[in-house]
Amino acid sequence: MAEKVFEDIKVTDLSWAAAGPGIGMFLASLGAEVIHIETKSHPDVLRSGGPFKDNKIHPDKSGSFAQYNAGKYGITLNLRSPQGKQIFKKIVARSDVVLENMSPGAMKRLGLDFGELQKVKPDIIMVSASLQGQTGPARERIGFGHQLAALSGFYEVCGWPDRGPEMVWGAYTDYISIRIGIVALISALDYKRRTGKGRYLDLSEFEAGVGLLAPEILDYTLNGKVVKRMGNRCLYAAPHGAFPCKDEDTWCAIAVFTDEEWQNLCEVIDSPDWVRGPEFATLTGRKANEDKLEKLLSEWTVNWTAEELFQRLQRANVPAGIVQNPREIQEDKQLDHRHHFWELLHPQIGKHHYEAPAFIISETPVEIRMPAPCLGEHNKHVYTKILGLSDQEFIELSANGVFD
Amino acid sequence: MLSPYRVLDLCDEKGLFCGKLLSDFGANVIKIERLGGDPARNIGPFYGDVPDPEKSLFWWAFNINKKGITLNIETADGKEIFKRLVQTADIVIESFAPGRLDDLGLGYSQLSEINPSLVMVAITPFGQTGPYKNFKASDLTCMAMGGIMFLTGSPDRPPVRISCPQSYLQAGAEAAAGALSALYYCGRTGRGQFVDVSIQASLVTLLLQARISWEISKKIFKRSGQIRGGFKAAKGMRQVWPCKDGYVCFNLALGPAGMASNRGLAELMKSEGMAPPLFNEINWDTSNFGIATQEEIDAIEEWIGKFFMEHTKEYLDREAEKRRILLFPVSTVEDIYKNPQLKARDFWVELEHPELNRTITYQRPCITYSEGSLQLMRKAPLIGEHNEEIYAGGLGFSKEELKMLKGAGVI
Repeated sequence: MAEKVFEDIKVTDLSWAAAGPGIGMFLASLGAEVIHIETKSHPDVLRSGGPFKDNKIHPDKSGSFAQYNAGKYGITLNLRSPQGKQIFKKIVARSDVVLENMSPGAMKRLGLDFGELQKVKPDIIMVSASLQGQTGPARERIGFGHQLAALSGFYEVCGWPDRGPEMVWGAYTDYISIRIGIVALISALDYKRRTGKGRYLDLSEFEAGVGLLAPEILDYTLNGKVVKRMGNRCLYAAPHGAFPCKDEDTWCAIAVFTDEEWQNLCEVIDSPDWVRGPEFATLTGRKANEDKLEKLLSEWTVNWTAEELFQRLQRANVPAGIVQNPREIQEDKQLDHRHHFWELLHPQIGKHHYEAPAFIISETPVEIRMPAPCLGEHNKHVYTKILGLSDQEFIELSANGVFD
Repeated sequence: MLSPYRVLDLCDEKGLFCGKLLSDFGANVIKIERLGGDPARNIGPFYGDVPDPEKSLFWWAFNINKKGITLNIETADGKEIFKRLVQTADIVIESFAPGRLDDLGLGYSQLSEINPSLVMVAITPFGQTGPYKNFKASDLTCMAMGGIMFLTGSPDRPPVRISCPQSYLQAGAEAAAGALSALYYCGRTGRGQFVDVSIQASLVTLLLQARISWEISKKIFKRSGQIRGGFKAAKGMRQVWPCKDGYVCFNLALGPAGMASNRGLAELMKSEGMAPPLFNEINWDTSNFGIATQEEIDAIEEWIGKFFMEHTKEYLDREAEKRRILLFPVSTVEDIYKNPQLKARDFWVELEHPELNRTITYQRPCITYSEGSLQLMRKAPLIGEHNEEIYAGGLGFSKEELKMLKGAGVI
């Protein structure tokens, strides 16, 4: 078996929903031991989110929870009970990293803030992810992930110039937060490896999201311009959009930047003659007549399936892509070639696929070793085998509700 | 935190964000541009609205903290110089078409012979191998192939991308995660490796429950504009609402937190005499709007819509904070710049631009840690700004040699 990047790293993952658990799952897929902690009375919020296997609402049947928690041990622990806190500190004492994304201040109220955890593990690294950071007037503000995308500016630039802003699918800022959280955490791990020192990292999802609009914010602060949504158009390309294909709600994205790409597109279209018209011969002309160009092009694209168009245009070196629906993503040949999805047998959901990181790393390959845990699935293993409690202790603590 | 490390950044716009993030965390990143400057300098917006390769705000934003040199890696001398730099480097990031650097004799197999502990990161639309590896792409086609576009936009119009290009930024951040994973392994073992990043693959994670819903429930989510669907009886609930001076994001929320939020809004509307009699009949502490009918939803939303139209997003945001209502403004870039939370966290910092004789406001790196924030060190480099420092100071070229290399089109 190949070596793993993080095989010497142990992570206590107290986080929930997507932004925190995604960090833990990344580390697990590169070899870290990750223990995901929940409480029975308040399981991870994604366990109550669909889709559910066989449409049966059950915490162990949630696909949403599963996809952020593969490769982790799952335990339950009551952090409000004094014995629960002691056990938690035992887990931390053998960890390199603690991940949490409770409401800012909650760890302190539990008596488990960074300062307290440093007492049991002086070189601990702690990542606190939150909507808007651990300080500032809005630190305790509650909200959903998808709303952060609105706050961070993405809704305003999503949609059509003649209509209001539209939702960006999902919880857009969660994903950049996961990635920046990973970058910060590995930087801290490397720093610790060299210096022996731990770190506390305060990650604001709002700030992470705003970073992806940095040029547009400079355009405001320096030029006073407020960027607006523009459908699929691009200032320096035409045609540039999603064009309808033969089957219902199927589309092919086409992006023509250079004269050469336009010529190549004309070759593929062949006839009707409009493509050779002088009004479309230059980018200036195509931009000036973009409505007409899009209409004529749509009348042609609709004769083809998205797959046919995609293949034909790519063979002619025209940037094009199928607007893939979730099923097409699952069945995508290129993603399959990269082994982007890992099929594992989950005890409650059955066989299904987990997503790997978006890179292939040559010497220390990614491996998704375990399906996501059921609620408290690894209590016995973690508490007795890993933490070394005796069977007697385990039974007594269970009876006292410490693992609830 | 990454101050011992040197990164050579050969990327075009597809990978600039990777080096930017590494430099945020303290790595010494050298941006290597072709002679005359990288084509990404032609991407707007521009300072003063003047298209100029030294005034691209896109360039400034994503090359901050880096040093910049010019080098023609297609010449024999350029290749030798690049290899000398590689001997001093920990990470090389590139975004050429697959195989391009191998053809130049500068691929991973060649460079790892010179420096076995080198981490090399390649960022391409589809990856280095596979059926689509040579396919052409842009931000738009990546957003399409990655799946998020299908789920975004109005149902009666084509799917849309986010108007400000995002795919290369997501991929750049994923590449930084991959680069540091490899670097960490190298720190333990001394062995480098190759990291092959796919922009398409980096977008699949954005689908949240959509892919797994297909897999587990055979349900295909669709784009729904400003409305969110998927409830038991109702077709949908509004998420994006017009208000007096813009838009806000709010929905009749489910679950315990949602009930407090709904009640908070109802009380606010009552306090201003803008709640209809209907609101008195609703028990806000127990109503589960997840099972309400569309008629019931419509009746409530009509009044909420009227109320929002009477108020500014700033007012609604403030009240939401006070009353724990799950409402946020749909921010414009202006709102973001003026946001009090970001101000309170010292998010905006000034950097000198000596060539313009002024300072410019940038965002600080978005992580703060126990010993203080990460620091911005310097603005993005001008074309070849650090040639002398790197070539004369670092590699020991004489003035005469530098003149020769410049004359010969190498630097």
